[in-house]
Amino acid sequence: MSAERPVPRPWSPAETSEGRQELTPAPSALDRSLASVLRIPEGAVEAGLIDVEREDETMIINMGPQHPSTHGVLRLMLQLEGETVLRTKPVVGYLHTGMEKTAEELTYVQGPTNVTRMDYLSPLHNELVFSLATEALLGVEVPPRAVWIRMLMCELNRVSSHLMWLATNGMDLGSTSMMIYGFRERELVLGFFEKTTGLRMNHNYIRPGGVAADLPDGWEDDVDVICNTVLERTYEYDELLTGQPIFRERTEGVGSLSAEVAVALSATGPILRSTGVPWDLRRAMPYLAYDQVDFDVIVGTYGDNFDRYSIRLNEIRESIRIIRQVVEKMPPGDYRVQDAKVTPPPRRRIDESMEALIHHFKVFTEGFRVPEGEVYVAVESPRGELGCYLVSDGTSKPYRCHIRGPSFVNLQTLPAMLRGGLIADAVAVISSVDPVMGEVDR
Amino acid sequence: MTQGPSGQPSEVAVEPATQPAVVFVHRDEYHDRIAQLKAEGYEMCADLCAVDYLSHPGRRLPEGVVGERFEVVVNLLSLSMRRRVRVRVQVPEDDPRLPTIFDLYPGSEAMEREAYDMVGIVFTGHPDLTRILMPEDWEGHPLRKDYGVGRVPVQFKEAPGPR
Repeated sequence: MSAERPVPRPWSPAETSEGRQELTPAPSALDRSLASVLRIPEGAVEAGLIDVEREDETMIINMGPQHPSTHGVLRLMLQLEGETVLRTKPVVGYLHTGMEKTAEELTYVQGPTNVTRMDYLSPLHNELVFSLATEALLGVEVPPRAVWIRMLMCELNRVSSHLMWLATNGMDLGSTSMMIYGFRERELVLGFFEKTTGLRMNHNYIRPGGVAADLPDGWEDDVDVICNTVLERTYEYDELLTGQPIFRERTEGVGSLSAEVAVALSATGPILRSTGVPWDLRRAMPYLAYDQVDFDVIVGTYGDNFDRYSIRLNEIRESIRIIRQVVEKMPPGDYRVQDAKVTPPPRRRIDESMEALIHHFKVFTEGFRVPEGEVYVAVESPRGELGCYLVSDGTSKPYRCHIRGPSFVNLQTLPAMLRGGLIADAVAVISSVDPVMGEVDR
Repeated sequence: MTQGPSGQPSEVAVEPATQPAVVFVHRDEYHDRIAQLKAEGYEMCADLCAVDYLSHPGRRLPEGVVGERFEVVVNLLSLSMRRRVRVRVQVPEDDPRLPTIFDLYPGSEAMEREAYDMVGIVFTGHPDLTRILMPEDWEGHPLRKDYGVGRVPVQFKEAPGPR
């Protein structure tokens, strides 16, 4: 079956230019007022107010921003010829809340509460990249236990994010059972997050200098239950989707992308790997302790929807493999750096020590000062390269905090994937990009 | 793992992540230098953003680089060499223009639009330089340091504005 899949055709960089993306010539004031009416009055057509001849065989369809399959508030303008998509223009910005500007007003202690709300399906990766950038500027070394706790939580987060993707992708293709199963398994992970961090989402758990709290008692058993259950269930998903003819018909050869286009359009994560490029920052540029665990980078061949599906499904299994190694190797010790300038003292010390009280007060009012400098740190989030460009001017607030959101960049591949495909497949292709609008618009 | 279609090595060896090199370029040589780096094997433009240094003029810069108000930072990534390089360009306040690198890296399209929208850097030659995050008719560039936060009235339709 897979041999019949079309291999992406050869390609040159000039083709990615969609040109000036006003899809039709700007109408005159009169035309615009008429076009805004859904049913054009017949009299207007007869009076020659609308130039019917000018409209050739193509049609512009506006999809979103409230379309249920756009995973938020993504709007697409599609130019169609019959049912074939010719051009696509993604329009973003409906969820823009100025988080990069907000970050300039918050101290480094408060920063994670802000960035965690960007990619709300993998909040821990946002906190991680911000904390790593801050620590690189500070020059502090995080204790090993904090590093491994971070890895454990981030991999669990990758599992929950991919489960959420499987659920929504299933729903977009009409498989509501997959939707219910995906949410059911994600609930297990979120339950553990709630036990550890106190919150199901937007945890503010990974902070500059370590993590907010140690793992709860009996965490090994909880993690073990999650690993066993989710791993077992991924084989059920195999039965439900992977071998199902309808699912394969709708995903194989749909939304194909070649490796050259993916690299030229700066795509990362499962989209880049689906085209056959084995690029995973955990392996290529290891951070935390990913060089001490054993895992495979999952790579596709055709760059179509089915490859992206199987990459994400298999990455759940690889993440579980990493989690099991982390449970085995979890070192004892501190879960945050013992530097009173960065880490607030424990509550009981405040009653005993004047010094502790002063440090506590300073950290939570002014925050700690970060040496002048600039740094770019990137981690592999479930969606691709999540980068943080942090500029410090020596005060306790970032001078500039730019987040390179993987969904924001990956959305640029959508016109290339949709071109020449059917409008009925557009929903499946949007879903396979896995955009999180909170991160696209920030 | 098999050999990818693009010819990248399929098995990857572990190298310690080092802080990337930083290259300072003058605005006139910016496009040529990026083209040269692309030829050297930096296949991907990972990130492009702009910084407004209005309230931090005395920042540390190497010899011979005159700090201007704006700075555009381009992060290039080489998949084959597993290396990053950061290009920093100074852009003056009175003429915030820079040639686009869209012809080299089509992936910089949205990032340049974001830098234009947020900081107001004009990328000449960009195919569609319009606002991407803010509404089309928005005035001002929010990530500039002299952009008044809290001085902008909340805009409700039909409501009598403060104007």
